[in-house]
Amino acid sequence: MNTPLVEIEHLRVGYRNASGEMIHVLRDVSLDVSMGESIGIVGESGCGKSTLALAFMGYLRRGSERIAGTVRFDGRDLFALDDKALTRLRGGQIAVIPQNAGQALTPTLRIGAQIAEALALHTTLSPKAVSSRVVELLMQVRLPTPEVLARRYPHELSGGQQQRVAIAMAIASQPSLLVLDEPTTGLDVTTQAAILDLLAGLQREMGVAMICVSHDIGMIARLSQRVAVLYGGEIAEMGETQALLRKPLHPYTRGLLAAIPTIHDTAIPRGISGHPPIFTDYSVGCAFAPRCAHADETCRDVSPALDLHRSDDVRQVRCHHFASLLEKTPPPPLNRVPSVPPGEQHSPLLELVDVSMRYGHDGIVEVIRRRMSNEASDRPMTVQAVGFSVHRGETVALVGESGSGKSTIVRAISGLMRPLAGGIAFAGKPLAGSIDQRPQEVRRAIQIIFQNPDASLNPRHTVADILAQPLRLYFRLNERECRQRAAALLERVRLNTAYLTRYPAQLSGGEKQRVAIARAFAAEPDLVLCDEITSALDVSVQAAILELLVDLQRERGTAYIVIAHDLAVVRALADRVAVLKGGRICEIDSVDEVYAPPYHPYTEQLLASVLQLPAHAANGAGYALPTYTISPSR
Amino acid sequence: MPRPYGSGPGEHMLKLALQRVILAVFTLAMVAVVVFATTELLPGDVCTAFLGRDARDVERLERCREERGLNRPAVERFGEWAGGLLSGDLGTSVIRDRPIADVIGSRLRNTFVLGIAAAVVGIPLAVGLGVLIAIKRDTALDVTISSTALFAMTLPDFVTATVLVFIFSFVLGWFPAVTLINVNAPIAELLPNIILPIMVLTFVMVAHIMRLVRTSTIEVLASDYVQMARLKGVPFRQIVWRHVLPNAMLPAINIVALTLGWLLGGTTIIESIFNYPGIGTLLLNAISDRDLPLVQSLALLMALIYIGLNLIADLLTLALNPRLRTLRA
Amino acid sequence: MLRALLRSRSGVVGISIVMLHLVIALIAPLIVPYDPSAQSVRLALNAPSSQHPFGTDHLGRDVFTRTLLGGQTALAITLISASLAIVWGGMVGVALGFIGGRIDELFMRLVDALLAIPWLLFLLLIVSVLGRENWVLIVVLTFFYGLPAIRIVRAATLDFVARDFITAARARGEGTLTIVRRELLPNVLDVLLVEGAMQWSWMLLGFSSLSFLGFGVTPPTPDWGLMISDNTRTFSLYPWATFYPLFALSSLIIGINLAADALAKALGIDRTQGAPL
Repeated sequence: MNTPLVEIEHLRVGYRNASGEMIHVLRDVSLDVSMGESIGIVGESGCGKSTLALAFMGYLRRGSERIAGTVRFDGRDLFALDDKALTRLRGGQIAVIPQNAGQALTPTLRIGAQIAEALALHTTLSPKAVSSRVVELLMQVRLPTPEVLARRYPHELSGGQQQRVAIAMAIASQPSLLVLDEPTTGLDVTTQAAILDLLAGLQREMGVAMICVSHDIGMIARLSQRVAVLYGGEIAEMGETQALLRKPLHPYTRGLLAAIPTIHDTAIPRGISGHPPIFTDYSVGCAFAPRCAHADETCRDVSPALDLHRSDDVRQVRCHHFASLLEKTPPPPLNRVPSVPPGEQHSPLLELVDVSMRYGHDGIVEVIRRRMSNEASDRPMTVQAVGFSVHRGETVALVGESGSGKSTIVRAISGLMRPLAGGIAFAGKPLAGSIDQRPQEVRRAIQIIFQNPDASLNPRHTVADILAQPLRLYFRLNERECRQRAAALLERVRLNTAYLTRYPAQLSGGEKQRVAIARAFAAEPDLVLCDEITSALDVSVQAAILELLVDLQRERGTAYIVIAHDLAVVRALADRVAVLKGGRICEIDSVDEVYAPPYHPYTEQLLASVLQLPAHAANGAGYALPTYTISPSR
Repeated sequence: MPRPYGSGPGEHMLKLALQRVILAVFTLAMVAVVVFATTELLPGDVCTAFLGRDARDVERLERCREERGLNRPAVERFGEWAGGLLSGDLGTSVIRDRPIADVIGSRLRNTFVLGIAAAVVGIPLAVGLGVLIAIKRDTALDVTISSTALFAMTLPDFVTATVLVFIFSFVLGWFPAVTLINVNAPIAELLPNIILPIMVLTFVMVAHIMRLVRTSTIEVLASDYVQMARLKGVPFRQIVWRHVLPNAMLPAINIVALTLGWLLGGTTIIESIFNYPGIGTLLLNAISDRDLPLVQSLALLMALIYIGLNLIADLLTLALNPRLRTLRA
Repeated sequence: MLRALLRSRSGVVGISIVMLHLVIALIAPLIVPYDPSAQSVRLALNAPSSQHPFGTDHLGRDVFTRTLLGGQTALAITLISASLAIVWGGMVGVALGFIGGRIDELFMRLVDALLAIPWLLFLLLIVSVLGRENWVLIVVLTFFYGLPAIRIVRAATLDFVARDFITAARARGEGTLTIVRRELLPNVLDVLLVEGAMQWSWMLLGFSSLSFLGFGVTPPTPDWGLMISDNTRTFSLYPWATFYPLFALSSLIIGINLAADALAKALGIDRTQGAPL
């Protein structure tokens, strides 16, 4: 075996919270990276993966401290180096590709200057050679017109271009280790696929070792030979990527993989109940025990070690019982049955006919100028002549990249924004453009759930207050009745009634979204608009929310309009799918038609960009060998 | 990359700048209306003030009003006044019986000398200290300077002035307590006499700017791009100069403009404590004399300085912040 | 919230100072040993003694008596004006932020214009014409100090109006008043509270400046600003007549600021923005 390029040994990192308690973020992580090797680190929010990524560079966030352990790069302990040696190493032999390049590029410096800075610091090129090297690098990350782009400021570039610039900056010094921290967050699927292609290509060409940290297993599978699953600040399982995905051993890994929806499967994935732990002391028992269906006394009292297990690959597993669990099969995914067969209905619940919309207002100066010169506004239409219908109990999904107009359509249906042209009918009657002109009965019947529950729940209200608002408004219930109904609603979204007196800040992300769902269902609606409601959540939580949505739909026959950028979520949830591009519908059909050949060309492009894990094997226990090629057009 | 509005970045910037200028002119026009209306609404006018006790003589009062055209409708007189302003004619001070431009002229210069001197000392000091304590956040140095700043900010300026005069003039005897100088004294003669007022002004203004610079520097230091620069291996000094300062200074431009507006608009209290012949003391005199035309002109002048400086700050921010200057992708 | 406030040491110090001042202002008339305006040439500029613990001023008045009483008028007027200012500034600010659009744009230009005029000038002018009546001072202080409150509250409102929980209330079909009262106000209240405390301290500054210039409290009513201005000329020789009122005024303003700073920190509001000079 090669001598490792990086050796992390028993690393423990923590920070002190407001009351001075030590919060353990990384608890005893050991990991080796060989030259040219690509390792993925996967985990959900709060598992310590970003802290681990930064530790590879000998960097700790302000306030964090190293409690124990070492990080050796090329034999040198990074935490023992002085500032000077560290600055030479960082951006030199070890380079980072940051999460959200848009914020990681200095806004007041031109692109070229920022790349040149890295070159000036870590290479011996002459100033003249530096500027031609900048252009070469921009070309290497496949940016068009590199000379022009070098003169631009970061905000003038699109998200994908910014990410490419960050990559160019990272490879400028020809590092031997690249650290990727969620390198594609916030990018559209097609852009994401292109960036991953570029990274995989660079890794092959340059032979650079790569650490890729992400919550997205699909991405890790695309980039990494080995993968470490991080849970509660320690490695739960580690092994060769393909083998691990095919046959996960740790219960957490199994749960995590089962929670991921796939574009091949209409089933609703299974979530993991509970939420990740926060450690105020070093270690008591297995970190996953509180959420594990198979946990026993041993698990709660004795911390399992990271054991070696050899079968198809060399696997490390931190579980007392993994061997005996192999025989047990996890519960199968849920199959969704449409509550009302579409064929039995005649008139649709909601119908949009040729709706066109445009965003924004012109400023006073602009309006006067136009009046004087008799110009029409030249702002482009956000939505153009869109028409579709939704039946009772049906789920229609709107998919498309950012700017495709899907959110704008939802705003029109909810009465928040008036269409410029076209009409909307609800339950056979025309729907007024503005919420103010709609009768109370119609307002009640159409509810909306937003993407980010942090923003959609008033931080000053208790859960009881939040749920009481629609009850008071639509049903004129008194205080006591509101409380009873609110408690019943919480039970319907599987939350304990003790939550009634809590404030949103005291809830986890998934719990908040459940409250938001309960608020929408408090109105006993016929149609619920779901705007990316799971995209801010971890996959294990997302699966549980999807399950809840399906259950609620079955109970009440509610129709959904779902906006999602994740095509696998759409596949799991929707009966029919409308694919949008540039404010127009380019395809609308049943979910099986849309996801099967022959494809509409744009749909095919979207589907091809999805980083997909393989379909669940028949018994749901393991995974077939994945095929990770990004398919050319069929 | 196609540009949405079919215009280049230069044109975009020009449009934004023009918009700011138009708004400033509009605001100034509103100030003129408000100033005129207020003086108009208050009981008494130029003639009652001019005649003093003689105003009880109704006939003389009427004659005076007739002579000065005060019986015409207010709108008409406003038009005349505003027209005069536009052509550079500020009118005549009734009480002082001199053109207002003459009365204000050298006093405005004096105020500017004092204000600019304080700004030249104070602004770099404030920015430097602000950045320094942001970098040394939560150390003894930061706590000491920050709490001193809190005191300097909260004390009334006449208290600060009184205390500093006591220390430097009476205890140490370094500087005179009052500036005994002629209104038209040449600048060279002016400066040595106003060291103490400059110190007082500097002391009062440094705190405000420094606190803002500290906050915005801390914010920038915590940004992703500064972390990125560290991970890129940029030495700390270079991070501060290239990555932190240009971004941290942007929000400071506005408060610097506000401070300058305060300094150049006549620091009434400090001028009066030191008996300094600037527009601040002139304003006090004009008010006690009920010299309404002079008060109107001074109010407008001070508003002009304030609006002008804010406009410059806006344009400067526009020029220095690439995010405003150029279009988004 | 109160607990968070009391956890910070400077907050406790600040609140204690302010409370002490309020108590003194309330009970001062009962405990002062002398008539505040009793003059005596014989007693002029006496150094502190057992009869006159703070000494006497140039007219022979007891400085201790006058210092204890000197905050009354200022405290009463500024407290009333500060409360009124945040009420009217807050209401207009919330309304503008909520209405938005052209009306908001136009009103903010007007506010800008009014802020561009030196308020001290206006105050002086109005007071010089209408006289130093307390109601005149209150009206003028309320009006001018409400302007910055409009800006700050409007900005806070704009920040919240764009949030999804307001959009959610709109999409539910809640009435505007309900949205403002139930959804917006609980969030803007923090900002208003901190702003109110700051307004109070700025107003004390402004009011004592007025007195200092001779346009505030009518002599011989005792007032710190007036006392400082009366005695600065003799400061070097007889410092006590200036020192005690100066100390009283400064401690009150610093107390309010410490309390407001702690309050802002407890509520998580950045106070460095928008402090007028």
